[in-house]
Amino acid sequence: MKITVCIGSSCHLKGSRQVTEQLQYLISHNNLKDKIELAGTFCMGNCQNGVCVTLDDKLYSLTPENTTEFFEKEVLPHV
Amino acid sequence: MRKFDTKVQHLKYKVLREVARLAWDDRLLENITDIPKIIVPGKIPTMRCCIYKERAIVTERVKIAMGGDKSNPNVIEVIDIACDECPVGGYEVTAACRGCLAHRCEDVCPRGAITFGPNHEAHIDKTKCVECGRCASVCPYGAILDFKRPCERACKVKAISMSEDKTAAIDNSKCISCGACIYQCPFGAISDKSFILDVIDMIKKSEGSKKYKVYAIIAPSISSQFKYAKLGQVVTGIKSLGFHTVVEAALGADMVAYAEAAELAEKGFLTSSCCPAFVDYIKKQFPALAGNISHNLSPAATIAKYIKGTDPNAKTVFIGPCTAKKMEFQKEEVRPYIDSVITFEELQALFDSRDLDITSMEEGVLDNASYYGRIFARCGGLADAVAEGLKEQNIDFQVKAVSCDGIEACRTALLKASKKVLDANFIEGMACIGGCIGGAGCLTHGEKNKAEVDKYGQEAYEKTISDAISVLKKD
Repeated sequence: MKITVCIGSSCHLKGSRQVTEQLQYLISHNNLKDKIELAGTFCMGNCQNGVCVTLDDKLYSLTPENTTEFFEKEVLPHV
Repeated sequence: MRKFDTKVQHLKYKVLREVARLAWDDRLLENITDIPKIIVPGKIPTMRCCIYKERAIVTERVKIAMGGDKSNPNVIEVIDIACDECPVGGYEVTAACRGCLAHRCEDVCPRGAITFGPNHEAHIDKTKCVECGRCASVCPYGAILDFKRPCERACKVKAISMSEDKTAAIDNSKCISCGACIYQCPFGAISDKSFILDVIDMIKKSEGSKKYKVYAIIAPSISSQFKYAKLGQVVTGIKSLGFHTVVEAALGADMVAYAEAAELAEKGFLTSSCCPAFVDYIKKQFPALAGNISHNLSPAATIAKYIKGTDPNAKTVFIGPCTAKKMEFQKEEVRPYIDSVITFEELQALFDSRDLDITSMEEGVLDNASYYGRIFARCGGLADAVAEGLKEQNIDFQVKAVSCDGIEACRTALLKASKKVLDANFIEGMACIGGCIGGAGCLTHGEKNKAEVDKYGQEAYEKTISDAISVLKKD
């Protein structure tokens, strides 16, 4: 499973660092480091809906506030 | 609106713009011979002896705009027929000499080269003169002038001399491609080869980011450029040209500062590797010190490498103030990461070749790097960032930096280092005066540029290097 967080300027200003940090924490907290690859990319071309995150190829729009919810609902059940 | 410092830059820009305009439309080959007439339309010469010479020179400029002489590895090129063959006499006494009594010129001359004629006017014996210039500085009438070619005077590494046919000649074994001569030649007879055609081709073949994405990596010195518009509008303009997105080279600078701090602590003495002209200078003039050059890639190459790591099909174009970068990206160790390099001058030409009025565009955002990555653009910034890098990593190492403003200051520091009498453990070398903001590819060079860079640095969302680069770390 691969999670890609947009770290382009627009998403960065909307909190992609905080989203990344939370995901890093959640992945290691759940001992999923060998199952989930966390990556960054510059701009997914969907700046209005940042922070843009893809889970495999599905696009999500996250904020630092709903990152944990996303992880619990979309990531954990499918690992 | 004033976009450039000089009319020479403006002329170069017009040629680039016309070449680009035709290239976008795939009409360059059939219409290339029309360009000289577009640039020099009238029957009355405005620059040279006749319009035919003007057009002949424009033809040469077109060649350089298309990549220039492929057999010459240097990106800095002399346009022979544009060189006005300026006098090369050195210090000479002019008619302003009044034949005074004081003879300060004679007193100050260390070689006894000053003699006096029948009307008491001074003469300089060229067999004795060592061109120190002291006589010129003490003459109360300013009657002694230095007839040195502006290109030679600009070239502090002494790579320019007069060829047999009296035109300027560049010694590639000494030239560091800093571009100082380009900016200083009043006739525009020296120019940097342009890769705009490669960039246009790259953008066109990307088919609107469908085939692959073209990333623009912009240098932090952009904050002192395009002052007629807002930085966010420049970003939107770059995307309108067909680039997928715009990334700050300053984020690469954050990565470099972090790594270079650790490298410095480990090795104990280091010279910076950010300025390609400085690196080239060490290799050419101080090869014994080459082992001390930081092993980090430059900020631009570092971020380009990262981008290619996230997107293997990506193409990257560095946009900056630097002509030496046009040499750097062709090096074996950088070629895999940076696909092409253009200057701010060339970016302006690209905007106008597409008739993009960036002042009417929406403001995009540009925010990847920290304050420290951004201030790399000015002299002293890199040393500050390395000190911060040490602090943030809790490395117990006291950095004692010497920030060299311009290649002459670099030379002084390197000479001391080679004799082991330099009172510093880190040399920040910037070939251009002021740092990157003094680069030859800048549209304008102003006194406020340093303040603009600092302001841009303070506006960064991330305040520390660690925060800026934390998003780049992979688990």
